[in-house]
Amino acid sequence: MPNQVDMTVNLAGMVMKNPVCVASGTYGFGREYGQFYDLSEIGGICAKGLTLHRREGNPAPRIAETPMGILNSVGLQNPGVDAFIEHELPYLRQFDVKVIANISGNTPEEYGIMCEKLAEAGVDMIEVNISCPNVKAGGLAYGTRPELAAEVTREAKAHAGPVPVMVKLSPNVTDITDIAKAVADAGADALSLINTLRGMRIDVNTNRPVLKMNTGGLSGPAVLPVAVRMVWEVAQAVNLPILGMGGVSKGEDAAQLMLAGATAVAVGTAMFADPFAPIAVRDGLADIAQRKGLTAVAQLTGAVQPW
Amino acid sequence: MKVERRCKILEKTVLADGAVSMTLEVGDMVRTSFKNPGQFVHVKCGEGLLLRRPISVCTCGEGDPSDLVRIVFEARGEGTAWLAARPAGHPVDVLGLLGNGFPMKKDGRYLLVGGGIGVPPMLGCAQFAGVKPTAILGFRSKEKVMLLDEFADVCEKVLPATDDGSFGYHGFVDALVRQELAENKEYDAVLACGPKPMLRNVAKAAEEFGVPCLVSMEERMGCGVGACLVCACDMADGSRKHVCKDGPVFDAKEVDWNA
Repeated sequence: MPNQVDMTVNLAGMVMKNPVCVASGTYGFGREYGQFYDLSEIGGICAKGLTLHRREGNPAPRIAETPMGILNSVGLQNPGVDAFIEHELPYLRQFDVKVIANISGNTPEEYGIMCEKLAEAGVDMIEVNISCPNVKAGGLAYGTRPELAAEVTREAKAHAGPVPVMVKLSPNVTDITDIAKAVADAGADALSLINTLRGMRIDVNTNRPVLKMNTGGLSGPAVLPVAVRMVWEVAQAVNLPILGMGGVSKGEDAAQLMLAGATAVAVGTAMFADPFAPIAVRDGLADIAQRKGLTAVAQLTGAVQPW
Repeated sequence: MKVERRCKILEKTVLADGAVSMTLEVGDMVRTSFKNPGQFVHVKCGEGLLLRRPISVCTCGEGDPSDLVRIVFEARGEGTAWLAARPAGHPVDVLGLLGNGFPMKKDGRYLLVGGGIGVPPMLGCAQFAGVKPTAILGFRSKEKVMLLDEFADVCEKVLPATDDGSFGYHGFVDALVRQELAENKEYDAVLACGPKPMLRNVAKAAEEFGVPCLVSMEERMGCGVGACLVCACDMADGSRKHVCKDGPVFDAKEVDWNA
């Protein structure tokens, strides 16, 4: 029986044909996975994190496997926002998929400059990364202090024109709702969470950390319950749509995040094992919605019934 | 590149202390994605491990109905131990063929250099070469020596070496590379695969003789296709390239050997 569930969702005015995105930093600019399937199959692509200028990132090793997870310390390697606009955006624009540019700045002004460039170039949404654990300047500092997070959000909004601004929150905080509220008050259109959790793995034979940067960001199925809990907390604290992510590898994981309050979800680490993971998540989610007798997948959002 | 979720293990043998050879039925993977010898496959190793394991192709060929890829690997950790324990007849999930391999010309004259588990991919290079190459193969000790007969079938000359002198030349391969390059000026390029210190020394030897040198690099890998950017390789110009997509083979002159 063909699936009759309406899969469209509206994330801060950006209408996606299904709620499954791919998380920034796990999908490059789409070219690699575009060799496996039509990128129009997925709802949205959060492109690899951009900075104002090209960055080479951190020295290797940049990845370590952990129980049901991975640690990474890529460090925002990217060609810079101008190169993205010139070389990568035209490629992504060939497909019927929403393009979400992800940006990180060293100063609030840099966020503003990048928003202006991207708004002019025409992306569907800007995801403001205030939570990268792998860079020294800016990055995580903006994501752990409400007043700095608000300042970056205001600067981004002031320069993004009509393009909705989504702020990506760090889980490496005492109370994520403090940051969520500050960012919401500063005018954010949407929130995405969670970024990776800071972690470390040590090789017991050499006494050395596996990552050259010693610590990195944890992702994968291990972090899913943390993501679900944080999405649930943030959904109750602020009235903004949420892109939920963290350890999604199947339809049920996506459904959990949506029930907790997410409007859409992003798949990341799961792609490393299976390039087709976003499509499998989409189909699994549709099956769950149908099994539950829903007419639209959007009915899952916030439908959790807490004890 | 493509994903073949059920590649049957056609044949499995233990070659030497810890080294396992597996021949896999890979559908049309070779027909659709072979570029050069020295590419790799990304193999899913068990359900609990999230990352695939990159393993160099030893040899591969088109076939009917299925292409074949032979891999030779050591059980070094949890993932490769799982793979090594899979019996013949069982399926494995393979992503491949990945990377660019060694850009070889059919009429090129090559000096092939392999070290340890870097030896098997050089067999694919030897088979591919139109002019019978010379192979210099280094191992830690006699117990680790493998594939010599197969190299002998397709090479003009095979020079084995062991670190401890228990078999063949006593010492490292770069000494044999110098000796061979001094005696024979005909080589178009040195092609090498092995641990990074070995590659650095081989690259240095080739440079001394003005012979181009291509090296196959190794790094901890994520997606295997160039999207996640974790397998960074430091380049001499200060940039960072990626072993999976830009490599795994690089011109030795491009690589920052001091990193």
